[in-house]
Amino acid sequence: MSLTDTGVTERIANTSPPDAGRPRRRLTERLLAVRELSLLLALGALILVTMLHNDRFLSSQSIKDLLLGCAILVILAVGQTLVIITRNVDLSVGSILGLVAFATGELFLAAPGTPWPAALLLGVALGAVCGAVNGGLIAVAKVPALVITLGTLYAFRGIDYYWAAGQQINAADMPRSFLRLGNQTLLGVPVLFLVALVVVAAAGFYLHSYRSGRELYAIGSEPAAARLSGVPVGRRVFAVFVASGALAGLAGVLYAARFGTLDAAAGTGLELQVVAAAVVGGVAIFGGSGSVFGAALGAVLLTTIGSSLAVLRIDPFWQQAVVGALILAAIGLDRLLAARMAARLRGRSARGA
Amino acid sequence: MSPDARGTKAPPLLVLDDIRKSFGAVAALRGVHLELHPGEAHALVGENGAGKSTLVKILAGAHAPDSGRMTLDGHPLLLRGPADARSAGIAVIYQEPTLFPDLTVAENIFMGRQPLRSFRRIDTREMNRAAERLFDRLGVRIDPSRPARGLSIADQQLVEIAKALSFDARILVMDEPTAALSGVEVERLFGVARSLCERGAAVLFISHRFDEVFDLCQRLTVLRDGAWVSSDRTADLTVDEVVRRMVGRDVASLYPKQDAPLRDTLLEVRGLSRAGVFSDVSFSVRGGEIVALAGLVGAGRSEVARAIFGIDRHDAGEVRVAGRVLPAGSPRKAIAAGMALVPEDRRQQGLVMELSVERNATLARRRALSRLGLLSGGAERAEARQWTTRLQVKTSRLAAPVATLSGGNQQKVVLAKWLATRPRILIIDEPTRGIDVGTKSEVHRLLSELAGEGLAILMISSELPEVLGMADRVLVMHEGRLVRELSRDEADETSVMFAATGQGATA
Repeated sequence: MSLTDTGVTERIANTSPPDAGRPRRRLTERLLAVRELSLLLALGALILVTMLHNDRFLSSQSIKDLLLGCAILVILAVGQTLVIITRNVDLSVGSILGLVAFATGELFLAAPGTPWPAALLLGVALGAVCGAVNGGLIAVAKVPALVITLGTLYAFRGIDYYWAAGQQINAADMPRSFLRLGNQTLLGVPVLFLVALVVVAAAGFYLHSYRSGRELYAIGSEPAAARLSGVPVGRRVFAVFVASGALAGLAGVLYAARFGTLDAAAGTGLELQVVAAAVVGGVAIFGGSGSVFGAALGAVLLTTIGSSLAVLRIDPFWQQAVVGALILAAIGLDRLLAARMAARLRGRSARGA
Repeated sequence: MSPDARGTKAPPLLVLDDIRKSFGAVAALRGVHLELHPGEAHALVGENGAGKSTLVKILAGAHAPDSGRMTLDGHPLLLRGPADARSAGIAVIYQEPTLFPDLTVAENIFMGRQPLRSFRRIDTREMNRAAERLFDRLGVRIDPSRPARGLSIADQQLVEIAKALSFDARILVMDEPTAALSGVEVERLFGVARSLCERGAAVLFISHRFDEVFDLCQRLTVLRDGAWVSSDRTADLTVDEVVRRMVGRDVASLYPKQDAPLRDTLLEVRGLSRAGVFSDVSFSVRGGEIVALAGLVGAGRSEVARAIFGIDRHDAGEVRVAGRVLPAGSPRKAIAAGMALVPEDRRQQGLVMELSVERNATLARRRALSRLGLLSGGAERAEARQWTTRLQVKTSRLAAPVATLSGGNQQKVVLAKWLATRPRILIIDEPTRGIDVGTKSEVHRLLSELAGEGLAILMISSELPEVLGMADRVLVMHEGRLVRELSRDEADETSVMFAATGQGATA
């Protein structure tokens, strides 16, 4: 019993202004495409320049190294993107990774027979618990996530140090099958990278196609309006921190599998790299826009810069400066694109309706 | 069967009884009664700060009342949040649009209720189509797949209306939905509201436009200072009677523009153009004069104002202040030249909602009030006090955040902010949008006073009585062009509307 069947509509349709050829393509999607394309171009240019300097940069071994190197950062960037989209930030991911990596080592020390899938699940669960601590504190204290996770960054790391008490875990302490997970390839692609790809694809699909995924964008875009629309803001934000923690836990287990040698300092300072990857990847730091694909590309780009500067024999100091410049360039590009889109939208709304 | 007869026979759909709500020490609602009957549109009127918006928030489930009873269909109604209100069939169109700028228009409408396909995935195509159907029903053209960012206020309001319609609500609450809409759009909205009523829904309509209230509604409830005053059939009421009940006193003449001696030309605009927005706009404003820029929503009036002030660049033409050309694209130079702009959307463009009244009032005067680069709190407060007193801003204290003020008082703070810069030219966009009758006439008296002091005032307004009452000259825009200039004697409702709708466009 929709109104559209009545004559009212017809009269309305006749009085409405002539259709001035409405643009069909989704502007938002196009903007994201432009953003991700520019990342790919930057990545391509970087690889090209490095290759011209040293043609072994693109050998299958070094590609494998590259993919292996970025997998963990990509997984963390996905979790961070989920958080940032809701206008929050999770600074504790580096510490969660370190804690879970060490816990995994301890697990194999205590129970050498543990099958690696069980270790993986336990690691993810421990990460999720840490994330739940973050989410719970934010919900209860009603303090910005920046402050809470800054606190838990030190708290989780502190637990890690207390537990480790200066001790180091070596590859010899861990089962072969587990360590192989970290270096094995499937059809020439490192398994770690495949895991990262699955995480990216799943998170991207979720954010794009599910109601609760879209609600994350709504929360970050305008929290007050989200509340008025009946979006369970508190619950979603809590879930996002649990997800970010769980992904950091996954990254922690994979870190243990890849490096084998673990102490309490594993993953120190990683959180800022992760945030940098997301920002370079076009995730708006004030929430509401951005994609996990962009963030993943950002992570790949940052990792590639690291290794290509090494190949080009550039001082590590410059590596930091380049990353900094890249962040500023990414923000500049975002502003430029946003301004151009705003101008186009304004023009359109002035003519239309 | 007349709507009145039907209203008395059918049991009320929603009853609010003795609803009370306080925010801290301020009692926003002090025992409000309201009965909504199926098939009826019910008007809620009252001055700003009378508690209308609080009542809306309670109906929306955003605020919980401190005490009082609510029943729906005779059963007690408990709203623990907006989701509860929604599932009870209550849809709300808020006064200030509440959209997600980053999401598409269709997503804004269907957030949390998107149509699904297999595996509970969102069916984007169906969602866009459903949004288009809603817009067809409203008779407007908005691309459902564009982001909400950059929509004009009128379009934002239309998206809100589409959102409310999409619920198939049993109770539709409209908090001043027409403030930003053009006449045709209002008619369509009313058509939709009436058809909802015919299907047995109840409508609660909040507006300051009495012609609309009497046009749409069968019953009318008056609130004053958070208390219930009366509920009557509109057929038994007159506008004068309603206004008296709202303010509790007789309102002086609504539009008291006094004749002021005309001085030199202060603002001169020549051939101003901005591609695709407006073109070849020329006019001048003299000191002591109020010039109204009239036209339908979307005619480009606000855009002209933005370009004159330098917020947007213009492609051709020039702006002269007292004979000197103003550099384009620099609001700072415009302010330095003695120009002030009070924008249409005060929430986003005129005020910093979290800051205090005094901070906001002196925001444009920081340099003059600071010594060695440090703002002096004392000077700030003195300046703020002077202007808030002159404008009669009602606030518990100057340190209160602007967000806690009612709409009319927020508008006064924006005015205070700009008047504190002692401008020679005041551009004011919709000076009384969403403001109650009492505050309205205060704003009008103030504008008249300012013109008397020699200010040149350019006023953009969509309310014809305001334009006709206040303006010495009326400029009418239609689709980005200045189509007509009318003197005070020539201007009447017919001549302005004729030009604004583009008929007989002879500039």
